[in-house]
Amino acid sequence: MTNTIADIETADVILVTGSNTTENHPVLSAFIKRATLKDKTLIVVDPRKIKLTEHAQKWLRPQLGTDIAWINGLMHVIIKEDLHDKEFINNRTEGFDQVLEIIKKYTPTYVEDITGIPANDIIETARLFAKADKASICYCMGITQHTCGTDNVKSLANLSMLCGHLGKAGGGVNPLRGQNNVQGACDMGGLPNVFTAYQKVDDPSAIKKYETVWGVTGLSNKPGLPVTEMIHKAEQGNFKSLYIIGENPLVSDPDLNHAEKAFKNLEFLVVQDIFLTETAQIADVVLPSFCFAEKDGTFSNTERRVQRVRKAVEAPGFAREDWEITCEIATRMGTPMHYGSPSEIFEEIRKVTPSYAGINWNRIENGGIHWPCPTVDHPGTPILHTAQFTRGKGLFHAIEHQPPAELPDAEYPFMLTTGRILYHYHTGSMTMKSEGLNSLSPECFVEISPNDAAKLDINNGEMVDVFSRRGKIKAKLAISSKAVDGTIFIPFHFAKAAANRLTNAKLDPVAKIPEFKVCAITIQKAA
Amino acid sequence: MSKENIITIDNKQFTFEPGETILEVAQKNNIFIPTLCHLKGATPTGACRVCVVEVKGARDIVPSCSTPASPGMLVRSESPAVIKARKNIIQLMLASGHHNCAIRDFEPDDWTSFHLKVLKDDNYNELCPVWGDCRLQDLAYRYQVTTKALPLSAPNYPMETVNPFIIRDFSRCILCGRCVQACREIQVNNAIDFGYRGAKAKIVAGTDVLLKDSDCVFCGECVQVCPVGALVPKETFQNKRRFEKTEKVRTTCSYCGVGCQIDLTVQNNKIVQINGAEAEPNHGSLCVKGRYGYDFVASKDRLTTPLIRKDGNLEEATWDEALNLVATKFADIKAKHGADTMGVLTSARVTNEDNYIAQKFTRAVLQTNNIDHCARL
Repeated sequence: MTNTIADIETADVILVTGSNTTENHPVLSAFIKRATLKDKTLIVVDPRKIKLTEHAQKWLRPQLGTDIAWINGLMHVIIKEDLHDKEFINNRTEGFDQVLEIIKKYTPTYVEDITGIPANDIIETARLFAKADKASICYCMGITQHTCGTDNVKSLANLSMLCGHLGKAGGGVNPLRGQNNVQGACDMGGLPNVFTAYQKVDDPSAIKKYETVWGVTGLSNKPGLPVTEMIHKAEQGNFKSLYIIGENPLVSDPDLNHAEKAFKNLEFLVVQDIFLTETAQIADVVLPSFCFAEKDGTFSNTERRVQRVRKAVEAPGFAREDWEITCEIATRMGTPMHYGSPSEIFEEIRKVTPSYAGINWNRIENGGIHWPCPTVDHPGTPILHTAQFTRGKGLFHAIEHQPPAELPDAEYPFMLTTGRILYHYHTGSMTMKSEGLNSLSPECFVEISPNDAAKLDINNGEMVDVFSRRGKIKAKLAISSKAVDGTIFIPFHFAKAAANRLTNAKLDPVAKIPEFKVCAITIQKAA
Repeated sequence: MSKENIITIDNKQFTFEPGETILEVAQKNNIFIPTLCHLKGATPTGACRVCVVEVKGARDIVPSCSTPASPGMLVRSESPAVIKARKNIIQLMLASGHHNCAIRDFEPDDWTSFHLKVLKDDNYNELCPVWGDCRLQDLAYRYQVTTKALPLSAPNYPMETVNPFIIRDFSRCILCGRCVQACREIQVNNAIDFGYRGAKAKIVAGTDVLLKDSDCVFCGECVQVCPVGALVPKETFQNKRRFEKTEKVRTTCSYCGVGCQIDLTVQNNKIVQINGAEAEPNHGSLCVKGRYGYDFVASKDRLTTPLIRKDGNLEEATWDEALNLVATKFADIKAKHGADTMGVLTSARVTNEDNYIAQKFTRAVLQTNNIDHCARL
């Protein structure tokens, strides 16, 4: 997030898109809902009539995969009505002219044709957003999990820059990160193209710094493969081993039938986890590790706040800490890695990670610090881009609407979108150990609108078979007022009826993120 | 600070910001004023009146939570009149419900023998589940209130236990309204409210349905703010042993990316309760997963020993066997097929320290940049 969680409550207008916030970030959603009690304006743009729409002044319902169009439409109206922040555009940004050119054709009626959002709603929303003193954009996987995910995000940044809503309290473009330490895993270089703090692996000075601190030579300057491509190569037989720490791709990956084949092609699979997950079950070696309550360390939350994790209980049996297991493997491979404690590792992180250099465990004993925090006397940075952007000037991108990779047709007439629900988390390896959570949400369901259910002549609670071009699952039909005609929602948590047997593995060309949020399916009464 | 913005509490002068209540000024300056219904972050209701204070010149004692401080105000936080009023309020609350923590047999003339009796009486199993962690009990002890003279009223409504997480014991409810404010003003889930009137008054979910059939999302904010034993976490009730030592550990929740600060209550190496910490970013709030979804930690399904596949089956192995096998196989594959045919998936679930070591291992030992995690999934 460019801004903090508490900061959202101070915005005059909050635009939430592609985020089912009350279910996926419940505590953060309270900040948004509280703002509406103080007469702040909430706009929700989402293909489902999610709970948050009950608190919103406006709900815009775009057809799946048409986000660039409505965002360009808002920009069209804002510029036409001269509501954009010229001073901000002149002083802080570049590339605006190309945007001016491209959005010309995104008139409200043109946008209505693509998105299904009434032209008048586009006009009113544009005015609300542009006229606000402070407007915050919050988004989540509904924006990113598309073949045009990167362009969707850039479009939101365009919109925010256009109105000068970046770099100040109550504004910002705020991705809500879905996992406790997804921010930290990225910050720590758990990505194929960067070391810690996003230092490029093909930057000779970064390589030199790392070789010095690590006391090694020969670091590869060739960017590695993202997980989606590793799996693709494995399917072709060109990838030999995977060491998986605390992930369960055999439920969370797209197009599981293909993913399973790819994993079986590996010569050697090691899974390090706290449970025998679906992925661990097919591993060659399984290594038992600690859960969060058993370890000391740090997590970095969605607002870039580095916070302490503290050991509360002893781990079961012979389980060992994740870092310790990895160090043992390294040492046995002839490259000794020894640390006395996680805090000793953190001290090494500070040496090679400029944005974490000023943070130490003493400083965060009583509360986290937002990176970047370059020195120990630096207070941390709750709001990014206040004086300038990371690259200097904010760059506008001229972006055209692109349809999703797969659209409905006569054979697969429904659109499927996937996501999480309140009572479960990711592949359920943690939440499904709770009897209570299981009793509130016992099984997978296929959320459908009353009209669509009537057309299919299937009753609420009946079992249905759901087919896509890639696979088939069986689950209970759930007629819901959240669903909009033509669009089906299935949560991806449940391995027994894994929505990812249906999803499309087509990737965004830049971020390599799969298009979980749109594919074509058909439904019939279970055979 | 202008001279006008000064208030005197118990003969000491304090400055205040316009709009601050007497209670806020007192709390800022470490002056104790008891509260029951007051909830930080919500509109003061003045419902319970236990926070009353005496203000010179006022006709009656006033609730400090909803009375703004004003220039030159002279306040007494614990005058005899205030104490008398508080005793009355506490006594009525104790008598209005099922409060069985020895308080009701209190004999004010002998404090020591009362304590001995409490120690004896309170050690039985039918006690209120929040014994020792109850604001009303604390206040009753502090103000030495007895209800011996008053008959106990019979409960109007039966206990509700038919949901996995929250026990609603209406017989212990003092109708302070904190739960309603927590639900409507803090979490804004709008699931519960006051229902019925007078002696029939009750906190209702929706149109007085069961919590599980209402808009309740089991965030547990109401349970955390309940000052008495009317709302109790079910699991804690079952798991926590009342008179055994517990320990509190502040840590970060391991579910979504909000990074709520949580206080784990640990007993005998087991988490028995999770509360939201009064700290950034969540200020005490949690969701159903963060508050109640901790069974996995002590699950019998946890992996406890390394496993190696032998003849198609995963079999238990020692760490030496497993680690040597992994190291040997990785070295072999690297030599035979090259480092770029190998990859590591690190995790958005493990710590920064774990992640850092995973990428160091990938880059420095395997010598490839094929490392990723499920940021995209």
